[in-house]
Amino acid sequence: MTEIKTENEMAHPELAAVEVEGTERSDFLLKGALAAGAIFGLGAVSPFVRGAMGAGGGKGDVGILNYALTLEYLESAFYAEALKKLSLKGGLKDLITTISTDEDAHVKALSQTIRDLKGKPVKAPKVEFPYSDVAGFTKLAETIENVGVSAYNGAAPMIKSKEVLSAAGSIVQVEARHAAAIALQNGSRPAPDAFDKTMTQAQVLKAVQPFLTA
Amino acid sequence: MPAAKNKPTEAGREERGFGRSGVSRRQLMSMAGGSVALGALLAACGSDDSDSGETGSTGPTGSAMADDSTAQFGKGDVGIMNYALTLEYLETAFYDDVAKSGLFKGGDLETIRKFGGQEAEHVAALTAAVKQAGGKPAPKPKTEFPLNNAGQVLRLAATVENLGAAAYLGQAARIRSPEVLAAALSIHSVEGRHAAVLNTLLGKTPVPDGPFAEPAAAGMVLNAVQPFIVS
Repeated sequence: MTEIKTENEMAHPELAAVEVEGTERSDFLLKGALAAGAIFGLGAVSPFVRGAMGAGGGKGDVGILNYALTLEYLESAFYAEALKKLSLKGGLKDLITTISTDEDAHVKALSQTIRDLKGKPVKAPKVEFPYSDVAGFTKLAETIENVGVSAYNGAAPMIKSKEVLSAAGSIVQVEARHAAAIALQNGSRPAPDAFDKTMTQAQVLKAVQPFLTA
Repeated sequence: MPAAKNKPTEAGREERGFGRSGVSRRQLMSMAGGSVALGALLAACGSDDSDSGETGSTGPTGSAMADDSTAQFGKGDVGIMNYALTLEYLETAFYDDVAKSGLFKGGDLETIRKFGGQEAEHVAALTAAVKQAGGKPAPKPKTEFPLNNAGQVLRLAATVENLGAAAYLGQAARIRSPEVLAAALSIHSVEGRHAAVLNTLLGKTPVPDGPFAEPAAAGMVLNAVQPFIVS
């Protein structure tokens, strides 16, 4: 059991970039390590607002919402571009159209919630996606959706407001459904683990960095 | 369609296999899934919250928050975990019965075993978590499921998984401990994945509630699974 985040690390966000590797939630639970909350990345996600993605994104729930909004903007742009750029057909086109609509709705809802909380929604990041054909796109889509699930699951326990938490839960289930549906298209495993892995903000940033151009 | 479609993938086999079972979309819609169906189910379960079927994007907590049906399983988080444990026991038993029924073969059977195995992992984790929190794990219920044909079983599987995902979502904001919440969320999204797969195999949308998944209150969920619990 390594890389348990400590109070000290929380005070030093750069240390939060240390990845929690090889930790299966089921293992921890079964070993009775439930009390060690940091295994879920709770300590690591706390310095959200200081990270690059949350820069200027606000504190507390607003910061988390802006972090989520950044990811949703990225997803929204990803699918909108694919629908324009690729000639998708049949069931795949239907699926991607549905997913694209869902991501747009998430962007809207998160922006509105941030404004309701008197925060300022972050701007859409400039993005660029490295794929050249349909197969490359659906592969990348699976990765991006899985990162989305891990990001929400990692951040949600830090949310203070019950309403915001419920909204995040409602969105993450939809992201998980997207991930599974795309995995079926790709012929890969739609539910690879009994427990979805969480990612810290640092891990998420690292994963989406290649797609951010500004 | 992606290049992957050319390969006889496991998912592709499942799709064809289940396709043969002649499942009607309307039948599924009438059992579970879409927000209208869920709303109707909520109403049928005697929910006293008229808002339960029409939740907004930022406040889908209403009826699930007010419902205290998990208290019969214990106080606070222990009650919630034991409620989840009861549902996971039910799902595990269901997949186990289905695997033994002989109704499915090949890739289909593989998927059923895989999902069942994951539900069993949820049972083990929740049992340990309840003990860790100083509680007594809920007993395994005796169950019985209608397993007449593949189509019926698949529809029931989709119903149970969609309900399970909604059940977890309904508890999220009621959980006190961030650790329990984190564990519940990591299970919740897996239930969502299972539900999406089963919906897809039935030729149904993987996101029946649209962009925002709807929660279900414990009282409604327990009523819905009551027919499968014999003691």
